[in-house]
Amino acid sequence: MTPAIVVRDLVKRYGDLVAVNGVSFEVGDGEFFGILGPNGAGKTTTLEMIEGLREPDSGTVEILGQSPYPRNSALLSRIGVQLQASAFFERLTAREQISTFAALYDLPSTRSDELLEMVGLTDKAGTRTEKLSGGQAQRLAIACALIQDPQVVFLDEPSAALDPQARRNLWEVLREINSRGKTVVLTTHYMDEAENLCDRVAIMDAGEILRLGPPAELVRGLDAPVRISVEHGMLSEPAARQMLADLPGADVDRPDTVEEDISSIIITTTRPSPVLSELAARDALAGLQVRGATLEDVFLDLTGREYRA
Amino acid sequence: MRAFSALSVAIFKGLLRDRETLFFTLVFPLFFIILFGSIFGGSSPSAQKVVRVGDVAILDALPADAMAELGKIIEFQGPEPLEQALDEVRSGDVAAAVEQVGDRIVLHVSAADQVKAATVTGVFNGLVNESNLAVAGVVTAKFSLDTAQVEDESLTAVQWVAPGMIGYGIAIGATFGAAMTLVTWREKKVLRRLRLAPVPTSSIVGSRVMVSLGVALVQLVIFIGVAMLPFLGLQLRGAWYMAIPLVICGTLAFLSIGLVVGAVAKTAEGASALANLITLPMAFLSGAFIPLDAAPSWIGATAKVLPMGHLVSGLQDVLVRGQSASSALVPMAILLGFAVVLVGIATRLFRWDNT
Repeated sequence: MTPAIVVRDLVKRYGDLVAVNGVSFEVGDGEFFGILGPNGAGKTTTLEMIEGLREPDSGTVEILGQSPYPRNSALLSRIGVQLQASAFFERLTAREQISTFAALYDLPSTRSDELLEMVGLTDKAGTRTEKLSGGQAQRLAIACALIQDPQVVFLDEPSAALDPQARRNLWEVLREINSRGKTVVLTTHYMDEAENLCDRVAIMDAGEILRLGPPAELVRGLDAPVRISVEHGMLSEPAARQMLADLPGADVDRPDTVEEDISSIIITTTRPSPVLSELAARDALAGLQVRGATLEDVFLDLTGREYRA
Repeated sequence: MRAFSALSVAIFKGLLRDRETLFFTLVFPLFFIILFGSIFGGSSPSAQKVVRVGDVAILDALPADAMAELGKIIEFQGPEPLEQALDEVRSGDVAAAVEQVGDRIVLHVSAADQVKAATVTGVFNGLVNESNLAVAGVVTAKFSLDTAQVEDESLTAVQWVAPGMIGYGIAIGATFGAAMTLVTWREKKVLRRLRLAPVPTSSIVGSRVMVSLGVALVQLVIFIGVAMLPFLGLQLRGAWYMAIPLVICGTLAFLSIGLVVGAVAKTAEGASALANLITLPMAFLSGAFIPLDAAPSWIGATAKVLPMGHLVSGLQDVLVRGQSASSALVPMAILLGFAVVLVGIATRLFRWDNT
């Protein structure tokens, strides 16, 4: 499959600061691609160079086989962009924003209502954008990015500053867009967003891509221990230690640990299967929770520090 | 073309829904035209009020036509008791109280308003003198005095207030319009978003120019229309239609000032402050608020280098000074010159983004 986007050795410096330091990746046609990293990792600068808003100091970008810089009108009508801030005309209603943006692509405003419905804003069509909530404004910005039916859609931190429910609604919209065959590139600093939405994720920190792959693969490659917790009273802490000691196949390098908090006993182990069967045999599964590694653990593993968005 | 008209509509709707900007571009100058036009309005000063105390025989003895003539200058009230009349003089409600005791005419005036007091005293002096002459048997006066204003009768306050305020209103409308659009669009990333849409830059700039020209012409029609209402009484003298191309050139000049302001300022507040800092002093120095005839000569010299000075004096020439159409050509050329130079500067300073 021909890639929708090819990025080669992108570098961007601001004075002494190297914002992006040799970033390369490809995004396949129809793929949902995420760039994940904390603030200041260089995600937005990378995205802006791909969109053609900034000229790279070195390196190349191709979208659908064309270079986005300098400003390339032919390409601009094939890509859709949602910017970090909601870029709307002052004092226009949601529907007026969409029809204005449609005209910028020389299109009639016939699809306005369809797009409003798609992002769940039908009842806000006559509301001025200043009066929309953060989540509504983000969804409208996404509708405005889709007006020309682009092949590639760029979303810069679409769920920043949204409450959990608004984020879930937004995710639905984004999945819907991707399921229509569009290539989606998204930056985010939310680990769960990348895990939930993206086919592949590039984890960025300090201007470089640390790891790139499907989220599940990145987590699996980590071979991180699993946290198993059961309700208090099912098992005392010494009994748990004794149980683990009696189980065969202990990992000498990464020994199991047992912790206790107010409500549960937590076992961290690299051999979850025998531990779970032993707990089942003892009928001590009440309140059972099993939590595998997440992208957060991958980040911790890669950078040696806690992930903080 | 579709992008150009959609952007024009978007800017225009945004403007119509912005009460603050509407106020400063329409209501504010209109308020001054009405205020100054009616305060200093009317070609004759209003009659002074004088209250009679008891019978004033000298007035009653005047023939009807003489009394009518006197009534143009003095409006008589009363009769009232002395105490009440004196209170009214003290409080400034009337210019004077007049009483007659035998052959003595007593005029009570207040030192608080010496102009009124002098006017009324003068009138009564004349009246008493004339009556004495009549009593002495001199029936017909040899000399008579008529006063006439040197200016055209129509040169009332509204004649200089209106062109000044039209010039000022158009200048701030264009300056703020361009500056605010540029700054808020940059601040809110609309410029960035436009850069990522296949829109020619000429459509973006052109739509803003189009809306500003439309607004300026609407301002011109409304301001002149209101100033011509009977109670203000603006009378157009000269090639008034030349106000239209003058206003177009003025709008372009002030749009370009707004573009420079918008390129320099980072926030909407900053742009607003800077635009005021430029237009407000300029309005005073250009004779938009005060007639330059009364101002020190250095202000008159300054007005000649400021675009608003040329806009205002150009408007005065063709609207009220009865000048010909060709008189507008020089100010138009100067305003366009300002526009060209400032657009050049604005282009060099232009940024799509704050970062």
